[in-house]
Amino acid sequence: MRTYLIRRLLLIIPTLILVSMLVFLTVRLIPGKVIDQMVAQRPMGGGIGSQIDVEALRHMLGLDQSIPVQYGKWIADMFHGNFGKSLWTNLELKNEIGARMPITFELGLMAFIIAQIIAIPIGIYSAVRQDSIGDFLGRSFAILALSVPSFWLGRMIMVFPSIWWGWSPPMSYTRFSEDPWTNLGQFILPAVLLGLSMSGTTMRMLRTTMLEVLRQDYIRTAWAKGLRERIIVVRHSLRNSLIPVVTIISGQIPVMIGGAVIIEQIFNLPGMGRLFLDSINTRDYPFVTGINMFLAVVGLFLILLTDMSYAYLDPRIRYR
Amino acid sequence: MTEITTIEAPPKTRRGIPDFMARLVREKPLGLIGGLIVLVMLIVAIFADFIAPYGYMDIHLVDRLHPPSAQYIMGADQTGRDFFSRIIYGARISMYVGLGASAINVIFSLVVGLLSGYFGGVTDIVVQRFVDAALTFPMLIIVITLMNLIGSGLIQVIIVLGIWGGIGWIRVVRSAVISIRVNVYLDAARAIGASSFRIILRHILPNIFSIFIIIFSVSMAGNILGEASLSFLGFGIPPPYPSWGGMLSNEGSRYMMEAPWLAIWPGVALSIAVYGINMWGDAVRDLLDPRLRGGVGRYSGVGKKLKKIKAKTIK
Repeated sequence: MRTYLIRRLLLIIPTLILVSMLVFLTVRLIPGKVIDQMVAQRPMGGGIGSQIDVEALRHMLGLDQSIPVQYGKWIADMFHGNFGKSLWTNLELKNEIGARMPITFELGLMAFIIAQIIAIPIGIYSAVRQDSIGDFLGRSFAILALSVPSFWLGRMIMVFPSIWWGWSPPMSYTRFSEDPWTNLGQFILPAVLLGLSMSGTTMRMLRTTMLEVLRQDYIRTAWAKGLRERIIVVRHSLRNSLIPVVTIISGQIPVMIGGAVIIEQIFNLPGMGRLFLDSINTRDYPFVTGINMFLAVVGLFLILLTDMSYAYLDPRIRYR
Repeated sequence: MTEITTIEAPPKTRRGIPDFMARLVREKPLGLIGGLIVLVMLIVAIFADFIAPYGYMDIHLVDRLHPPSAQYIMGADQTGRDFFSRIIYGARISMYVGLGASAINVIFSLVVGLLSGYFGGVTDIVVQRFVDAALTFPMLIIVITLMNLIGSGLIQVIIVLGIWGGIGWIRVVRSAVISIRVNVYLDAARAIGASSFRIILRHILPNIFSIFIIIFSVSMAGNILGEASLSFLGFGIPPPYPSWGGMLSNEGSRYMMEAPWLAIWPGVALSIAVYGINMWGDAVRDLLDPRLRGGVGRYSGVGKKLKKIKAKTIK
C-alpha cells in the first residue's frame, strides 16, 4: 500500500504543474482582449480601474513581461500564500476563499451523502432483482436523474410551493454558527437537487458491477453453503462492487463542483460558485485565474482521497 | 459531464445497420423509444419553420404574458412572443449544439487518441498527463471561463463544448487503438511496407468505428445539457435566440410567479430530449460495446437461451 500511495502522490506533481499551466495559459494567452475588456468595463467613478490607462494597467498586471516570467511570478506568489487580489475591490482571494469555501463544502458534502443514500440501495435492488419491475423503475429513475436538469427542478421548487401554499425556500443565507437548524434546513433542498443529479451515474455503475460480481463462482459457493441473501449481497458482493464505483465517484467530483455553481446561483448561497460567477461577470481576471486554480487543486486532492479509499477497499492494493 | 467508460476492441464481425435495428427492436425497447424521441426532435428542428405557428421573434405586445390558450398553446412571454414557437425553435438550437459539439467530440478524441495510442512512447505520456490535468478541472467552470474570454454565441458554445468534452473520450479511443495495435495483421501490413497513415486509415479506423458512434450518441445528451446550463447562467447563447436554458433563466425566472408556464416548458422540453437521447445512447452502447455485450448485457440473453435449451431437453 505504501508504494501505491507514494506513486499516487508523486503523480500529483506533474499533474499540478500542468494544471497550473493550463489555467495560466487559458486566461493569459488572450491578454489584448482582457485589457480591452477591462478598460471598457472600468467603473465610472473611483476604483482602481478608472484612473489608469492601458499601459499602466498592463504594467500593474505584469502583462508587459514575457509569459514564462509572468508564470514564474504567479507560481511564486501562490507558494507565498498569495492567491491574487481583486482588480476592483482590493479583496484578497485567500480571505474570500476562507469565507466561502465552507458553504460550498457543506453543500458538496451533504449532496454527496444524499447521492449515496439514494444510489446505493436502488443500485443493489436493481442488480439483485434484475429485470423485475422494480429494476426497471430504478433504471428509469437513474436515467431520469441524469436527464432532468437540476436548475429546472430548482426553479420548479421555487414556483409551485409558492403558488400553492405560499411557501418558498429561504433566500437569505444563515451561518451554521448562528443557527444550525435554519442553516441545515436551508442547505437540504439544494443538496437534494445536487445529490439527485449525481446519484444516477453511481446507481447505474453499481448495478452493472454488482451484476458482474453476483455471477462469480464465490457467490455461488456462498449460496451453496446456505448463507442468507442479506449476507451474500452486503458482505460478499457489495464490497467488491464498490471498488469500480469509487473510481466513478472520483471522476464525478469535478462534475459536482460544477453543479454546485448552478445550485448556489439558484438558491442564493454565497459559496465558491457565486464568487466565481461574480468574478467572471465583473471580469476580475486575477480572481478568475485564482479560483480556477484553487478549484482544480481541490478537485485533485478529493480525487486523491477517493483513490486512497480505493486502496483501502481493495485488499490487492492494501497488502502490496 | 461525460461518464468514464473503458471500451475494448470491437469484434471483427460486421453486422450492418439492418441487424442493428433488428436487435434494437428486439432487445432494447427503451432505446427504441429514445431513438424515436431523437427522431421527432430532429424532424421538429429541421421543419421548425413549418411546425411553429409564429416566428420566435414575433412580438405581440397586447398579449404579453398571455396564459396558455387555443391561440398560444404554451402561453406567451413578456413581449407576447408565442412560447410554443420558441420551444420549437429551441429544439433547433439544441440540435445544432448536440450534433455539432458531439461531432467535434468525436473528431477531437479520434485524432488525439489515435496519435497517443498508435505512436505510444513520449507522445502518449505527454498526452495522457495533459488529459489527467484537464480532467481535474470542474468542466463547467473552465468552460464558463473560456466562454467569457471568447464571447458568447452558438458557434463558440459548440467549439468549447466540443473540445473540452472531447478530452474525456481520448482515453477511450486510445485504449481501443492499443488493443488493436497488438494484432498480427498490423505487423503484416507493416512488413509489406504500408505507411502509418495507411495502417491507421485501412486497418485501425474501420475496427474502432463503432466507438465513434458510441461517443457521438453518449456525449450528445451531455452537450445539450451543457449548452442549457451555460445559457442558463448567461454564458451560452444570448437572447433573443430561443435556447431552452436561456429561456429558463430570462423570462422563466423573471416572470415565474405571474407566468409559471414560462418556467415549466423549457425544462420539460429539455428533460424529454435529454431523456430520449440518454436512452438511445445507452442502447447504442449496449449493442455496440463488446465489453458490456460480453458481460452483463449477454447474461440475460444466455439465461433465456439456457432456459429454452433446458425446456427442450426436458421435453
